[in-house]
Amino acid sequence: MRRIGIDVGGTNTDAVLLEGTTILRAIKTPTTEDVTSGIKAALAHILKDGVAREAPIGAIMIGTTHFTNAVVERRGIARTAVVRIGLPAAASLPPFIEWPEDLRSKVEGPTFLLRGGNEFDGRPIVPFDRDGMRRAAAEIAASGVDSAAITAVFSPLTDACEEEAAAILADVAPQVSVTLSSALGRIGLIERENATILNSCLHGLARRTVKAFRTAIAESGLSAPLYLTQNDGTVMLAELAERFPVLCFASGPTNSMRGAALLSGVENAIVLDVGGTTTDVGMLQGGFPREANSKVDIGGVRTSFRMPDVVSIALGGGTLVTPAPLRIGPESAGFRITERARVFGGPDLTLTDIGVARGKAEIGDKALVAEIGAELQADTASWVAGKIADMIDRMKTSAADVPVLAVGGGAFLVPDELPGVSQVVKVVNAGVANAVGAAMAQVSGEIDRIFQNRSREDAIAEARAIADERAVAAGARKDSLALLDVEDMPLAYVPGNALRVRVRVVGDAL
Amino acid sequence: MRAIELHELEALAIGAGILGTGGGNHPHLELLCARAAYAAGKRAQLLAPEELQDDMRIAVLAFMGAPLVTKERLPEPISACRAVRLMERHTERKFDAVMSVEIGGENAFLPLLVGMELDLPVVDADAMGRAFPEAQMASFAIRGLDVYPFALADIRDNEVLIAKAENALWTERLGRKAAIELGSIAGTCAAPRSGAEVKAHGILGSTSRAIRLGDIVLDARRRHEDAVAAILAAGDGALLLRGKVIDVSRRTTDGFVRGKVRIAGEGRTLDIDFQNEFSVARLDGEIIACVPDLITVLDAETTEAIGTEVIRYGQRVAVVALPADPIMTSPEGLHTVGPRAFGFDFDYRPFARRGHAGVPS
Repeated sequence: MRRIGIDVGGTNTDAVLLEGTTILRAIKTPTTEDVTSGIKAALAHILKDGVAREAPIGAIMIGTTHFTNAVVERRGIARTAVVRIGLPAAASLPPFIEWPEDLRSKVEGPTFLLRGGNEFDGRPIVPFDRDGMRRAAAEIAASGVDSAAITAVFSPLTDACEEEAAAILADVAPQVSVTLSSALGRIGLIERENATILNSCLHGLARRTVKAFRTAIAESGLSAPLYLTQNDGTVMLAELAERFPVLCFASGPTNSMRGAALLSGVENAIVLDVGGTTTDVGMLQGGFPREANSKVDIGGVRTSFRMPDVVSIALGGGTLVTPAPLRIGPESAGFRITERARVFGGPDLTLTDIGVARGKAEIGDKALVAEIGAELQADTASWVAGKIADMIDRMKTSAADVPVLAVGGGAFLVPDELPGVSQVVKVVNAGVANAVGAAMAQVSGEIDRIFQNRSREDAIAEARAIADERAVAAGARKDSLALLDVEDMPLAYVPGNALRVRVRVVGDAL
Repeated sequence: MRAIELHELEALAIGAGILGTGGGNHPHLELLCARAAYAAGKRAQLLAPEELQDDMRIAVLAFMGAPLVTKERLPEPISACRAVRLMERHTERKFDAVMSVEIGGENAFLPLLVGMELDLPVVDADAMGRAFPEAQMASFAIRGLDVYPFALADIRDNEVLIAKAENALWTERLGRKAAIELGSIAGTCAAPRSGAEVKAHGILGSTSRAIRLGDIVLDARRRHEDAVAAILAAGDGALLLRGKVIDVSRRTTDGFVRGKVRIAGEGRTLDIDFQNEFSVARLDGEIIACVPDLITVLDAETTEAIGTEVIRYGQRVAVVALPADPIMTSPEGLHTVGPRAFGFDFDYRPFARRGHAGVPS
């Protein structure tokens, strides 16, 4: 089956046409203000000469940084009503705590704290304040906001309060689009509520963006199902992405790592994405990026997203080198490398110049770096090797040797041999790794919930069933679902054999 | 008595993490609550132990329950305020000040939050000098003071009083049962202490110690310097090893997170056992530090404490030991919080201070 993968970045829109794992066509075009015309231009290239008539296109996968950028740049986001259900608990810190003021002033709509919510074992804290919710719904309707975020205490355990609140709101103000925090999972009220609010404030933008994608696809004569990539390396149907745009956050680095895995055929490896200024280092486990442990800040807001564990260091092709005494970086020529590096006739000595002098890359004019001494070359190379080896070691989860996949324009900086590394693979076609990662993505379903008074097996089986259900809703073929990972952790100080279970399944797109 | 300054709150959070020895977490939500109170114009007042009158009444406070519940319900200092009022009604005497049962982790902030709410000063002391998992591990219980009455309350209208208990283990058992019913989180007020009792049996200066350690970290961070040496100097501690985490194993039994961490550096290997908190450190197989002394794993870059639930392979760390209070290392202290109390088959031995043979400095 053929698929199209599109990566809509801030600068470039990349597209690939894949048959199985073979790249048939690939193109890089500038991203346009209206998004649509950039995608159309990319599609026009990969579909030229009637290629779509040879064999049908099964699916179109788009990865976009639109939603992350909207939050980071504070544009295209809408005022959102916030309902928190949990009084008299959950009262000590209000919604929007610790939000940057400029973001908060754009997002904060009418906010309500209501009685209700649940205990860790599912009992109600107090009965849900339905009358209060009706009054809140009337105020939300009168305020004119288009979106609302509803969060109840322990809703990842039982979402009854959130569902009921949403039904009341739908009754009074059916035009308001709603996010329930239980749909975004994870224990941790503040982080989950933040994610829920961010999601709702992006609803309008998500609808407009998906519409632009659909227009571009329809006008290019395609009718295949449209999927959007998520930060965990899987995709969901566009209609689901419209409702949950936050799940698309940070899908760029994820797609790049997934693409590296698919292009190289190596599923367990450290990925080094060496750019002009920085190197991003991440770890692939079973073809998926390892997720970060810690809380993740999006545009200054603390959330609990599943984000790839990626560390950046100041090391890239444009990194400046000062000889005697040797000083390397952190400054970089950045995007001006083509004016400033020696190989391009510029004044600055960069790691690219050293690489060209050492015969590791053919960039610019080699004659311009002929006078770089062997000692400087060797010292710089050993500094770079040391820095990279250290990063790899930090990323590893065990002492065993691992393969390394090098992608990005500066991949030539990665030495062929490194301590603790079994093999260094320079990935070909790495320039379109993002689009390839998107095109090859599968569909996932996830659940993170606390189960009580069940055996470990029953709890995991129940979690699995919910994850399967969610994957199917996201557009997976039921018969293709496979277990990706299971984590279970008994909880300290909680009675009743409380077990926190997290299950992730993946399957093929429809 | 002095007001705790706004900038000291973050230092207290970092210091409480360090004194949490891997068990108490960085009290992020509690820090936010304290900042919110400061933004509303309130200030926590810190009362030095020497300012305590012998006949003053001090409320000893703690949250009892599962840390996970607080992540959903958010800190509930109001429940501890109710426990304080309940105790006052029961004993028919007003409190003059509040203090924490443990300085390590989230409980470091509870007396500040309650003190601001009830307009009572916070005694610069606690009853552990670190974090421990259970109530009987407090200095007052170790010294044989009465462990009753014991009050606990939730954020609804539920209040429980343990009028009498056979010993500290019973207070812990009964209290924990009640706390579970209340949603696995309750504010507690332990047996009232007199000023004289706190001065004689409390761990004195804990709050300012935590603030000082946190200040050292913040200050070093601003100057891009290594804070470990300054922490050791300020805390009279020893560096056990600098190195990299090369193995972590973890399991949960009887409500405890137990496991082992292995750290390699300077050609040597340090193995640390943990039971919620770090309990024993062995350098190349030889025991060099153990409970009740504090074993803390610091992130080599940020110098913030790393908890037993989040420590992982590859982290660059500095492992330090800080001395336990003499109450904890006395014979009756070791009976409750020494290595044998944690199931190890050896006696307590103090760690060697810096410069001694066998301990890299």
